[in-house]
Amino acid sequence: MSGSDMYRQQILDHYKNPRNYGEMADPDFSHVGENPSCGDTIKVDVKLADDDETIEEVSFTGDGCAISQAAASLLTKELPGKRIEDLHGMDTDDITEMLGVEISPMRIKCAVLARQVAQDGAKLYRGEIDEKDRTITEE
Amino acid sequence: MPVSDATGLDVEAIREDFPILDRKIGGDVTVPGPDEDDDTPLYYLDNAATSHTPRQVVEAMTEYYYEYNSNVHRGIHSLSQEASVAYEEAHDRVAEFVGADGREEVVFTKNTTEAFNLVAYTWGLTELEPGENVVTTQMEHHASLVTWQQLCEKQGAEVRYAEIDDDGRLDMDDLRAKVDDDTAMVSAVHVSNTLGTINPVEEITEIAHEHDALSFIDGAQAVPTRPVDVGEIDADFYAFSGHKMLGPTGIGVLYGKEGLLEELPPFLVGGAMIRRVEFEGATWEDLPWKFEAGTPPIAEAVGLTAAIDYLEDVGMDAIEQHERELATYAYDRLSEFDDVEIYGPREGRGGLVGFNLEGVHAHDLSSILDDHGVAVRAGDHCTQPLHDVLDVPASTRASFYLYNTREEIDELIDAVDTARQLFA
Repeated sequence: MSGSDMYRQQILDHYKNPRNYGEMADPDFSHVGENPSCGDTIKVDVKLADDDETIEEVSFTGDGCAISQAAASLLTKELPGKRIEDLHGMDTDDITEMLGVEISPMRIKCAVLARQVAQDGAKLYRGEIDEKDRTITEE
Repeated sequence: MPVSDATGLDVEAIREDFPILDRKIGGDVTVPGPDEDDDTPLYYLDNAATSHTPRQVVEAMTEYYYEYNSNVHRGIHSLSQEASVAYEEAHDRVAEFVGADGREEVVFTKNTTEAFNLVAYTWGLTELEPGENVVTTQMEHHASLVTWQQLCEKQGAEVRYAEIDDDGRLDMDDLRAKVDDDTAMVSAVHVSNTLGTINPVEEITEIAHEHDALSFIDGAQAVPTRPVDVGEIDADFYAFSGHKMLGPTGIGVLYGKEGLLEELPPFLVGGAMIRRVEFEGATWEDLPWKFEAGTPPIAEAVGLTAAIDYLEDVGMDAIEQHERELATYAYDRLSEFDDVEIYGPREGRGGLVGFNLEGVHAHDLSSILDDHGVAVRAGDHCTQPLHDVLDVPASTRASFYLYNTREEIDELIDAVDTARQLFA
């Protein structure tokens, strides 16, 4: 894959006009993460349906490179209607499929940041992991 | 490709010595080396990170491995003697190249970073006292900045950072104000790897000496690109890396004044650096071997010698002029864009230009440039605190060397313009 391929219309559109951008008034859970390699930061707010399982609404705020911000924007569109189990089932391939482009190896961390923040936020909400201030993307 | 030789360098001939410059890119990057999908010419503008290696250097190292590969300083057999001569003479060659008095003042390290650590662990841990201070600058590479920061923390000493002005020059008044009679070390980068600023290192050293402090100059971006004379600078320590000056990775140089190095304890201990070992204790080899424990980078020293031969053959004055010409050209062309912010001064700049395109993260820009075959560095360039001062998370840096041309800078400008349009 190559640079311009990575910046197809969808990515640029979501970067320039992020969907569901902003803080949610009463989220069921929120979490923050960063990707130190680009200095990207993402905060994800999630509202669940009455069953406490189904994701109803997702919003985000953040700062950073186009890949990280577009991935977060796309994720807020992708998740509503899915269950938390589905979120946990998302892997890197699902993210690149969602982005619609191949992501070069050095930029994968940017692409998966929002997903990882959402996953860690859900685990914290359910008490599956101990207190974690921030999610830091690693290899 | 068309070449320019406005500064008198025969760039076309030079480029023929660097096979990698003919490589195409664009294919699978998860497997090292060229593949059938590579179709984009390479415009390599990342020389401040590492330079390429001419045939002459690779051939010298190949000859070493094929003809006289052996360990040094211990064998009496012929190969070992040949290798030892080559390894020792590499120190002489480096000494001559940077104006040191002799091989005693030239210690081979792994890189510039290790040279800084060597001084921190030997001089720093034994000489730096609580209440004393180390004065360095806001534009230091982490190799220097983190070393002094951690050393001072360990020793209960204070680290002070001389500030930069709005043009990205070192504020000499601030430096002068921060150096006092409790200052034990003044350490500054010769040429900033992010701003390109060339610092007045003679003057900095003089200020240090007026206060009986030592000076340590980081020459990683200076030795490859301009004539350097450590004697003229009068620096007590001076460090640089082989791989940024056409040499191999894995070898760097610490220059130190002989009298000073004489007084310091060893850094790493073990083989090769000892004179006599008993169960109860040991004594140390003469300089510089006292600081070169274990089997050293022998092939790399042979390669570094060949790199210096190559550079001197071209001429350091001509290289400096060529770099200045390219940097000014890049600076002026980037300045044509209203939405490009350039860091560092236009004048008194080494061969690199750091910048940001408004609204486009440096990593996004770098990815798009890569698609055009333009290789630049994007990120914090190991100067995170400096980026905090500049108030940006990252920057993009184009850095030039003797084989680069104006036409390659035109490619950079075209690619930046593409990114501007994509993100507009």
